[in-house]
Amino acid sequence: MYRSHILVCAGTNCHSGKSDKFIEYLDEKLLEHKLNEEVKVVKTGCFGLCAFGPVVVVYPEGIFYQMVDQAGIERIFAEHVLKGRIVDDLVYEESKKHGVIEPFEQTDFFRKQVRVALHNCGVIDPEDINEYIAVDGYQALAKVLTTMTPQQVIDEIKASGLRGRGGAGFPTGLKWSFAAAEPAGKKYICCNADEGDPGAFMDRSVLEGDPHVLIEAMAIAAYAVGADEGYKYVRAEYPLAVQRFQKALDDARAMGFLGENILGTGFSFDMHVKLGAGAFVCGEETALLTSIEGNRGEPRPRPPFPAVKGLFGKPTVLNNVETLANIPRIIMEGADWFAGMGTETSKGTKVFALGGNIVNVGLVEVPMGITLREIVEEIGGGIPSGKKFKAAQTGGPSGGCIPAKLLDTGIDYESLAQVGSMMGSGGLIVMDEDSCMVDIAKFYLDFTVDESCGKCAPCRIGTKQLLEILEKITQGQGVMEDLDTLKTLSTHIMENSLCALGQTAPNPVASTLEYFWDEYVEHVVNKKCPAGMCKDLLTYTILPDKCIGCTICARVCPVNAISGKVKEIHTIDEKCIKCGVCVDKCKFDAIIKV
Amino acid sequence: MENSKTKNPFQGTKEQENELMKLIEANKNEPGALMPLLQGAQDIYGYLPIEVQTMIAKGLDKPLEEVYGVVTFYSQFSLNPKGKYKVSVCLGTACYVKAAGEIFERLERLLGIKGGECTEDGLYSLDACRCVGACGLAPVVLVNEDVYGRIGPEDIDEIMAKYKE
Ligand SMILES: Cc1cc2nc3c(=O)[nH]c(=O)nc-3n(C[C@H](O)[C@H](O)[C@H](O)COP(=O)(O)O)c2cc1C
Ligand code: FES
Repeated sequence: MYRSHILVCAGTNCHSGKSDKFIEYLDEKLLEHKLNEEVKVVKTGCFGLCAFGPVVVVYPEGIFYQMVDQAGIERIFAEHVLKGRIVDDLVYEESKKHGVIEPFEQTDFFRKQVRVALHNCGVIDPEDINEYIAVDGYQALAKVLTTMTPQQVIDEIKASGLRGRGGAGFPTGLKWSFAAAEPAGKKYICCNADEGDPGAFMDRSVLEGDPHVLIEAMAIAAYAVGADEGYKYVRAEYPLAVQRFQKALDDARAMGFLGENILGTGFSFDMHVKLGAGAFVCGEETALLTSIEGNRGEPRPRPPFPAVKGLFGKPTVLNNVETLANIPRIIMEGADWFAGMGTETSKGTKVFALGGNIVNVGLVEVPMGITLREIVEEIGGGIPSGKKFKAAQTGGPSGGCIPAKLLDTGIDYESLAQVGSMMGSGGLIVMDEDSCMVDIAKFYLDFTVDESCGKCAPCRIGTKQLLEILEKITQGQGVMEDLDTLKTLSTHIMENSLCALGQTAPNPVASTLEYFWDEYVEHVVNKKCPAGMCKDLLTYTILPDKCIGCTICARVCPVNAISGKVKEIHTIDEKCIKCGVCVDKCKFDAIIKV
Repeated sequence: MENSKTKNPFQGTKEQENELMKLIEANKNEPGALMPLLQGAQDIYGYLPIEVQTMIAKGLDKPLEEVYGVVTFYSQFSLNPKGKYKVSVCLGTACYVKAAGEIFERLERLLGIKGGECTEDGLYSLDACRCVGACGLAPVVLVNEDVYGRIGPEDIDEIMAKYKE
């Protein structure tokens, strides 16, 4: 028994802040002070509050330290660990709000969250299989193999109401039943850990924070549908996740949770890791399977669906990381428990990667049905620097921008689709008044044009045309007819593309046109960008009453566009390339963009 | 943009070639061998010039077009060599709404190259990448293994000053 645990987050965010060094330091110091039998350092996955990382939590008190650096960890050790004195100035601000230091579970950020898929993230050491086993890990697999028939497993998942978390929301139990119904023979289970939405990191956090839950879930799925081999397709850009997952596989194999005759039940299952190579379309199920086969990851028409004819032509179940992370809990707690959370059509919880212009950037898991407003204002802590909320973007390049007037929309598959966005895989980017909606639409289209695989014309050519029109508008060359063209072209692309990449690619344009029409008109008619983002519509000027003629701006300007004598007011001419260097360097706030 | 034709001549060594041949030998009968092979070859050479692709095509007995088709499909594969300092700017959404676009432009100007290119002295290469999964630190710039987060365009000069020669 340890009297105290120190949890150090080693997710990607905190890892980038050198949190691995803290662990080494603490272990060394504990040994030096002969406290290594009393205090245990645990290297965990993501706590979720990435904005305040690197994060360290000390138990039993539950004190949450934020933005810890080397000096900070030394103070935490010397004060808190050795003397029991809390290092007040490093404590997460929010937990001090009510005059006393509260355990972090009671802060606004954590209070409304319900952790099912992220149950073990930030709690156990992902590299230690024994810690997973200590929190009942692999019990669900044992239960399934020894007390349930494959049909009972499928029925349980069906009854839970779980729907796919990869974006489309297809009922998971139903998907499994299709593959199970295929004649016995070679079948595959695949896990989609491609996480293509730029600005989302939910799946990464599960892979890094709780890799065993995925192995367990895939083995359960394999048992349910009669598969004996699995693939996990993961982005090569996630080296930490790949490395942790690989270790988890080795450990699971050594302990007999993978391989031949698992737990002596006669059931066999093993799996491989395949690295993706950075192509958004490979997140789409048929493209992903073609990519595992070693080809260009181009989608193919469905039917046949992968459940019938998938990887190497065999029946295949493909599930998203978060979908799978729910499975062992459903088996252990029961379908009713899971179905008790959420709304009529969307059960359970959803993980979101909360990013952009929001105070609590990080990873959150909320019950379905919670409103966007609760996520943004309460859990997210609102918008920093007193700026105004402008839009929330869900669904990544396939989703839309939701304006302030719709903040009370509840989070479920149907409601989000109704307001022109979609659930997507869980990216939730908040934008403040400084974001230009035309520019954001252009940003996403630029992404889809880059990522379109080129197989079908509506997507390949259509998205390119959308982008060109948006570029025209942001450069001040737009005419009102362009806005109509954007609309009709969008509809055409949605209706005629081969796969969901193209079918959903116009969503960012359609939703911004709908909710931010005036902003488009402002660009087209008045040639102004109200948010001050579109460079071609801005000019930099020097305020005569603030300029003291220090000459700094003239010296830093890379194109010599600024002239003026010492101690005289400077001016900017048309050579200006609007790079903004002068604004950064001016000590008198004398340069503005209008 | 990432895959524009390279200006830098191929300078592969015999050792690299031997290593590649070994890799081909070990993988060639696996189903779906091409992708892991290309990933391995890129680890050996740092990039995948047409010379390397030709060796792989021969080794797997596949047409060069097919290999080239796969290489140019995936953004991880590069036809250009990388600099001694690999600068990547995250242009994922979370970073983009925090002025990552401006940071990228500043770097293009500072280094005198476009995204996907490498400076002629081989010192710097510049790439845009999509979400490195550290959105909590947005905007994020990577120089080799070093991560710089929560920065602004004005910090670029100071950061790059650390990487000389
Ligand atoms: C263009 C495109 C990209 C996608 N990217 C992902 C992704 O990154 N991760 C994911 O799990 N699903 C992604 N999907 C959804 C998958 O096609 C598939 O529906 C999902 O992986 C199935 O798993 P689920 O039923 O558990 O959600 C994408 C779909 C499309 C059309
Ligand atoms: S968007 Fe840049 S790290 Fe995620």
